[in-house]
Amino acid sequence: MGWLRNRFEENFAITTIDWALNWARSNSVWPLTFGLACCAIEMMAAGASRFDLDRFGAGAFRATPRQADLMIVAGTVTFKMAARIRRLWEQMPEPKYVLAMGACTVGGGPYFKYGYHVVKGVDLIVPVDVYVPGCPPRPEALLEGLMRLQEKIRAETIAKRAEPA
Amino acid sequence: MTDINPPITGEAIPQPSAAPGTLHTEELLVNMGPQHPSTHGVLRLLLRTDGELVVEATPHIGYLHRCAEKIGENVTPVQFVPMTDRLDYLAAMNNNHGYSLAVEKLCGIEVPERARYIRVIMCELNRIASHLVSFGSYGLDMGAFTPFLYAFREREYILDLFEATCGARLTYNYLTIGGAAADLPEGFLQRLAGFLDYFEPKIDEYNRLLSYNYIFVKRTAGVGVISAADAIAYGLTGPCLRGSGVRWDLRRCVPYEIYDRFEFDIPIGVPGGTDDIPPEVVVGDSWSRYFVRMLEMKQSVRILRQCLRQIPDGEYRAKVPRVLKLPAGEVYLEVEGARGQLGFLVVGDNGPIPRRVKVRGPSFCNLSIIPHVCRQVLLADVAAILGSIDVVMGEVDR
Amino acid sequence: MSLTVQEIAGLLQTRFPDAVLEVDADSRHPGIRVAPESWHDVALFLRDDPRLAMNLLRCISAVDLHPEPYIEVIYDLLSMRPPVSTGGGAADPWSCAGLVAIRVRLPRERAHVRSVADIWPTANWHEREAFDLMGVTFDGHPDLRRILCPDDWVGHPLRKDYVFPTEYHGIPAATGSAADSAGTGEEH
Repeated sequence: MGWLRNRFEENFAITTIDWALNWARSNSVWPLTFGLACCAIEMMAAGASRFDLDRFGAGAFRATPRQADLMIVAGTVTFKMAARIRRLWEQMPEPKYVLAMGACTVGGGPYFKYGYHVVKGVDLIVPVDVYVPGCPPRPEALLEGLMRLQEKIRAETIAKRAEPA
Repeated sequence: MTDINPPITGEAIPQPSAAPGTLHTEELLVNMGPQHPSTHGVLRLLLRTDGELVVEATPHIGYLHRCAEKIGENVTPVQFVPMTDRLDYLAAMNNNHGYSLAVEKLCGIEVPERARYIRVIMCELNRIASHLVSFGSYGLDMGAFTPFLYAFREREYILDLFEATCGARLTYNYLTIGGAAADLPEGFLQRLAGFLDYFEPKIDEYNRLLSYNYIFVKRTAGVGVISAADAIAYGLTGPCLRGSGVRWDLRRCVPYEIYDRFEFDIPIGVPGGTDDIPPEVVVGDSWSRYFVRMLEMKQSVRILRQCLRQIPDGEYRAKVPRVLKLPAGEVYLEVEGARGQLGFLVVGDNGPIPRRVKVRGPSFCNLSIIPHVCRQVLLADVAAILGSIDVVMGEVDR
Repeated sequence: MSLTVQEIAGLLQTRFPDAVLEVDADSRHPGIRVAPESWHDVALFLRDDPRLAMNLLRCISAVDLHPEPYIEVIYDLLSMRPPVSTGGGAADPWSCAGLVAIRVRLPRERAHVRSVADIWPTANWHEREAFDLMGVTFDGHPDLRRILCPDDWVGHPLRKDYVFPTEYHGIPAATGSAADSAGTGEEH
């Protein structure tokens, strides 16, 4: 909705449009299949039968970043992989979100001290919206991370703001 | 990208099939991965394609190199056990087991009987869980979504058992130096017996669902045939080797722990037409490697039932000193992980920290056959071959 | 049926009297130390001689023997034999006819040894890894490049004198304590 943003002052019509747009967006967050390591298995388990991601509207994993809203970085980020993560993130169209899943993406995890090839946190490469700690985080924890992201999306607005959005 | 091979120079790649008078074609370099739904992790396959035919496939690995061996040189063995979980993260109990056995052999620690049975129970349960993921994701690679959901449903019951025992679902840190970190909880053995009764008929159900499915057989039978001699020469082990007709399993051939007390078969790939095997199947093709895993799940159930009958009471862990001193010397020990022979070389240095820990990841060796096998195959067959080899990048890159 | 390390050493000593430097048959990792110059010939003999038939190269490990100025490369070999067909034992497993570790000791500054990738194809990737992480050069290897670390990585990480990088292509890397690679493990 780039052409709608920052044109109008906040008023009743805008808040209703906001509510509708955000409801639609937050209930259809389509993630990118971006499992790197062990957390990917818990992400797959979150998408599977018991902890169904599809009931949140987030079950349609896209293989291509150009159709995805959310990049769940699940697993350790290494220096060799860092350039690719940045490139994939740049290929995602706006509005895009990044969820850092697992201790490795939050801050290096168990490889913090002696991992010469490990990036100590994916926020050194892409801006992160939600951090989900755990090693690996349970699927319920990932679901909570997704719900926090949904709250964040619902708080967005297309109205004019004092500072740039 | 700094590691593309061959480098882009702007010169045209010579055309392999340009006979005079035919249509002008060019080779295309296609990157499969490192982000790809079918590569089972961060694997990059550089494919040189002539239309739909893959002329050459070069794997590039290292995207998940997490410096496990360097960490092993800087922490004590008990501190390293959780890092072994993250090698083959689908069958983490086997990794813990292998490393603990290596350190115990180096230090001369005697593990109590009950602890040994607990270890075998956990390893075999984890083997079933790992083969379920392999079965589910192979179906997913071939375009069948339902087996994945069924596989993960059964896997959740196994993970419930693990969670009741050690608190974790995927990376356990349970089979530590000296035995197990805690005893089995109350009622575990009854729950396990109930699970085995529930699960055993499911294997036949999955065979009916996927293994004998016409489309699945068409896509995997006769694809990616690896001969037995090639398999041994390229260091293939585990279901990949057994799918090529080699009846080799460390649990029987070089027995460790208490596996010599159990009766179980070693399934191998057999030619099509025998028993219920579809006629298009050739020994050493992708279908054989996949089917060996299904049969191995049945054998694991068999071993588990024997464990349930034989497990004694007693200690769950040997008395290990608080600061374990590793004597000078080295040990190389291999266990049969879910994907093949998982080896640990531990070099002690007369101190609490080893001098060197080397991990022989089975998927590292299994993956090295890709350039040899993926020649003159269709693009879609590359996914079939890769899925049947069943790599876990944590083991490949360590 | 299965050969012991002493018997394997005996066969090697008869055929290559100068190559066998040390036989260590009783330790927890029994093995034979071989001179680096003759390793390729010994390897061919180990694979092709019908009494030995070491067809599976399990693992190539490189160990840095700092403070001694040596790097030791350990080749773990295994001999897999098909079952002797007796007609009734169709479900007999293959058997292990011998396990041995061959060690080759190389000087740290010039760690060169002949590649065995033409003998056991699995050695291709194992040798690339030993080159990448320990800096051992394998002469005659068809494609000796780094395999795990990126191609422009500096240094060989598993050497004892490795200095952790502080940044890579603009991404900050080491922390203060990780730069000291000889950790003591006291902290928990």
